[in-house]
Amino acid sequence: MSNKPYYSSITKKIVMSLMGLFLLTFLVVHLALNSLILFNKEWFNEGAHFMGTNWFIQVFQWVLFGGFALHIVFGVILQIKNWLSRPKGYKRRAAMEQSPFSKYMIYTGIIILIFLVIHLGNFFFVKMGWIGGMPLTASGGEDMGQLVINLFQHGGYVAFYVVMILLMGFHLDHAFQSAFQTLGLNHATYWNFINGLGRAYAIVVTLGFVIIPLFIYFKIV
Amino acid sequence: MTKIDSKIPAGPLAEKWTHYKEHQNLVNPANKRKIDIIVIGTGLAGGAAAASLGELGFNVKVFCIQDSPRRAHSIAAQGGINAAKNYPNDGDTVYRLFYDTIKGGDYRAREANVYRLAEVSNNIIDQCVAQGVPFAREYSGYLANRSFGGALVSRTFYARGQTGQQLLLGAYGALSKEIKRGSVKLYTRREMLDLVVTGEGKARGVIVRNLFTGEIERYGAHAVLLATGGYGNVYFLSTNAMTSNGSAAWRAYKRGAWFANPCYVQIHPTCIPVHGSYQSKLTLMSESLRNDGRIWVPKNKEDIEKVRSGALKPKDIPEENRDYYLERRYPAFGNLVPRDVASRAAKERCDAGYGVGNTGLAVYLDFKDAIDRLGKEVIKARYGNLFDMYERIVDDNPYETPMMIYPAIHYSMGGLWVDYELQSNIPGLFVGGEANFSDHGANRLGASALMQGLSDGYFVLPYTMQNYLADQITVGAIPTNTPEFDAAEKAVKDRIQKLMSVNGTETVDALHKRLGLIMWDHVGMARNKEGLEKAIKDIQALRKEFWEKVRVPGSPDGINIELEKALRLADFLELGELMARDALHREESAGGHFREEFQTPEGEALRNDKDYMYVGAWEYTGDDKEPKLNKEELKYENIEVKTRNYKTA
Amino acid sequence: MDLKLKIWRQAGPTAKGQFVDYDVHNISSDASFLEMIDILNDELVEKGEDPVAFDHDCREGICGMCSMFINGHPHGPEKATTTCQLHMRKFKDGETITVEPWRAKPFPVIKDLIVDRSAFDEIIQAGGYTSATTGGVPDANAIPINKENAELAMDAAACIGCGACVAACKNASAMLFVSAKVSQFALLPQGKVEAKDRVKEMVAKMDELGFGNCTNTYACEAECPKEISITNIARLNRQFIGAKLG
Repeated sequence: MSNKPYYSSITKKIVMSLMGLFLLTFLVVHLALNSLILFNKEWFNEGAHFMGTNWFIQVFQWVLFGGFALHIVFGVILQIKNWLSRPKGYKRRAAMEQSPFSKYMIYTGIIILIFLVIHLGNFFFVKMGWIGGMPLTASGGEDMGQLVINLFQHGGYVAFYVVMILLMGFHLDHAFQSAFQTLGLNHATYWNFINGLGRAYAIVVTLGFVIIPLFIYFKIV
Repeated sequence: MTKIDSKIPAGPLAEKWTHYKEHQNLVNPANKRKIDIIVIGTGLAGGAAAASLGELGFNVKVFCIQDSPRRAHSIAAQGGINAAKNYPNDGDTVYRLFYDTIKGGDYRAREANVYRLAEVSNNIIDQCVAQGVPFAREYSGYLANRSFGGALVSRTFYARGQTGQQLLLGAYGALSKEIKRGSVKLYTRREMLDLVVTGEGKARGVIVRNLFTGEIERYGAHAVLLATGGYGNVYFLSTNAMTSNGSAAWRAYKRGAWFANPCYVQIHPTCIPVHGSYQSKLTLMSESLRNDGRIWVPKNKEDIEKVRSGALKPKDIPEENRDYYLERRYPAFGNLVPRDVASRAAKERCDAGYGVGNTGLAVYLDFKDAIDRLGKEVIKARYGNLFDMYERIVDDNPYETPMMIYPAIHYSMGGLWVDYELQSNIPGLFVGGEANFSDHGANRLGASALMQGLSDGYFVLPYTMQNYLADQITVGAIPTNTPEFDAAEKAVKDRIQKLMSVNGTETVDALHKRLGLIMWDHVGMARNKEGLEKAIKDIQALRKEFWEKVRVPGSPDGINIELEKALRLADFLELGELMARDALHREESAGGHFREEFQTPEGEALRNDKDYMYVGAWEYTGDDKEPKLNKEELKYENIEVKTRNYKTA
Repeated sequence: MDLKLKIWRQAGPTAKGQFVDYDVHNISSDASFLEMIDILNDELVEKGEDPVAFDHDCREGICGMCSMFINGHPHGPEKATTTCQLHMRKFKDGETITVEPWRAKPFPVIKDLIVDRSAFDEIIQAGGYTSATTGGVPDANAIPINKENAELAMDAAACIGCGACVAACKNASAMLFVSAKVSQFALLPQGKVEAKDRVKEMVAKMDELGFGNCTNTYACEAECPKEISITNIARLNRQFIGAKLG
């Protein structure tokens, strides 16, 4: 083996999976925060304020961006190699995958990335004051909650958001167990549990993100 | 008659091999790299020898016909490998393994070779375990054994029903290690088409055809080892792989190497019966099945008819109407009699009209009692993969209905003649594994082929070849631009050209099937003078027809599968005749060679030790000339020669 | 049975290939798939045409030589079965059967349905063995091995190196093949001595040869004729992490 720096396929995948697991935990925090809006807009604003001002979170958001970037860069590199590994495809190929959404990870991944940019545009960039105005509360503070509620008044946007979240759910369905497999954490005695947990995670997180805009749009809260 | 020197070392049997090793010539480490060795074949014998010779420091060139050494047909051996470890404490010793092998071979094998085989059998198991071969183990973590035909002890080591595969992968690993190290150079998709013998009578190289490019290539070396397996495919239908062929051995024969005991072929009793004329090969069901399966046929012919018409299921035939003929005839060994005995007994029942299945050429192998006694799970653990394979091929579930089996060509005990050093009568030409005739006499016991292949490859040839090579260190590299190489290459090219230019009407397989039928009918499980004489005539006529009518489309450049098959069949058409000749001349019954004229009143094989206790080594004298028979007398000094008896222990 | 076949024909490694349609008639449902191709080839030879080149040898499902991508599956649609053990009774009368070679960059087509799988040998040469040389090894029973591990090692060692995992994988990844060999040795004390180098060298060779990356889709396991488990891939990953970390 040569001594030049070399990142094996498995090393790249381990980075992918570690970053993936990191993003999975981030999603839980994000969902928890979002769900506050279902109970009380003020709580949500306080949460948002905390996230926006706490020094740890402020530093950590850049770590998060870094994680995203690594996950994306390595994912794309791996995918390109995968495409190159079969220059000529089959005329007839059956569906043989046991993890059904695994085939579309690059596509769902790209869609999530696009959504992420739009999503950041809608919330984060507004908050940063880069584009457009942020609604203010009576006391003059930033009213992130109102921003969310305003956005989810548009039926078209809600539909778009829901579809995007569903696609993200497909990504997550494969992601969870896949990360464990890549990290070598697959064993007959607990593999079914991991698989089940992964699917449950994908369903709960997806549902969580989906019901918030629906509840707001249909004014259930 | 030529006096044959088989170079058996002096001294007591148990000390011969040690004595040999103590006195043999060796090549010093610095000189080994000046020596080239060609190994043809990468099965157990060839693969193990090439790896071991490479480890010693020789330059090895190894050739295989498939795309990888790991595909050699040793891989298909199912049941196991014998060794005299006596781990089960059931009374096994080296002498007992030696004794069983000689007796199983019907007293037609060379004592000294067989004793050495039994002696090194234990080293093989150690070696394979060190290589990481996953042999079956007991809960204690120690190795498990099972019993095989022809033995009263459990001495067979196994890796499920894939022992050959695991041992071959072990040898292939050792070989791969040497390829990486650079001591062994691997040539895949090459078929040896001639042996090059120099003017001084030494084997110095080979002519091979590159099966991808069609190029004819020449390679020189100080010694050539053939480990090219057996010639069972002369029968067209056999348990051998499709590319298994006799051409390398046959070409060596035509260059002067003697062919010994060609009539000794083994017919394995437990194969899946033939089902159609388009059939390309027969599938073996491991002999290990006879550990728990009971072989029977119905006692009443009416029952057979009823089963055939579907009115009766085999499992519903009551106990009292079943004939467990092996248990009846051979109470001591029962279903575990040697293969030749079991095969003939099946043929006897079928010939008498008690065969089952649509063709009447099948007997039952029944696991009901074993399942009742041990439970389905135990049987599944032991034979599950074999049962699955049976079901895939036959579409019947052996857990519920008895398997149907019938004998099929499986192994050739005969092969190129070799001395104690596994060297043929051509100096520098060594032969290992099934390709030589050496260790199994007239019949091979189950689980002994793997033992012999690895014994030859790991523990015998690396010593004996050195003994020959010790005085070759001053020879220098073997040139391949000599007249001998030119002539051999030209002969190969001419042969190919001749085949391509016939442009007849018959496919190779169609002609091969006809040869197979002649061989099966007359040189098969039971032979007689009249049939053998007819076979010789028929084969000669068919050979003539082959050279007039065979059709080989395409060109010799690049992949041409029909050409490959035609070259092999051309050699089989000559080898088949020699087999018939050998069978005709041997007026006795011994092991796999059963002459109907020579049998006891009970139908058991009747040997003639007075006149035929020798190895028949045939010498080529020219095309369409009768070959010359050389006889190597067999002396039994350490074993009492008896009629084989499997009725009482 | 009568069948329509669509078979990939390609004269040589650099030739442009195409699908050619063939009709075969009166095929027994007891015939194996390869015997059906034999019958077709006999007809082609009789017509003076070049027979379909395909790899095969033992025809009893163990040598790993047969290949063929049949109706969208490596070794055809029957589970846990090699092409040579696939029987025509698994097809319907009149069915159209598409037969393609394995497709992967490290498995270039040589002719028709024959591909070059020597990449697998190169991976093994990189370290798929124990370096024990002949002689000088301890008694076989000197090393007791836990039966469960011995069985798991055997499960992994059952791999026949046919390449169906690569053919099935959407990424043409060889991870199942590599993991089977790595696992066999990782599970046995004899293999532990060289375990770290083995896994690093074999993975590096696999990458170098141009196989794709495993994305945990598990098509390999579903299509493996010997049902090699994907838990071996996890074990390979574990071994790799362990080797890299220490």
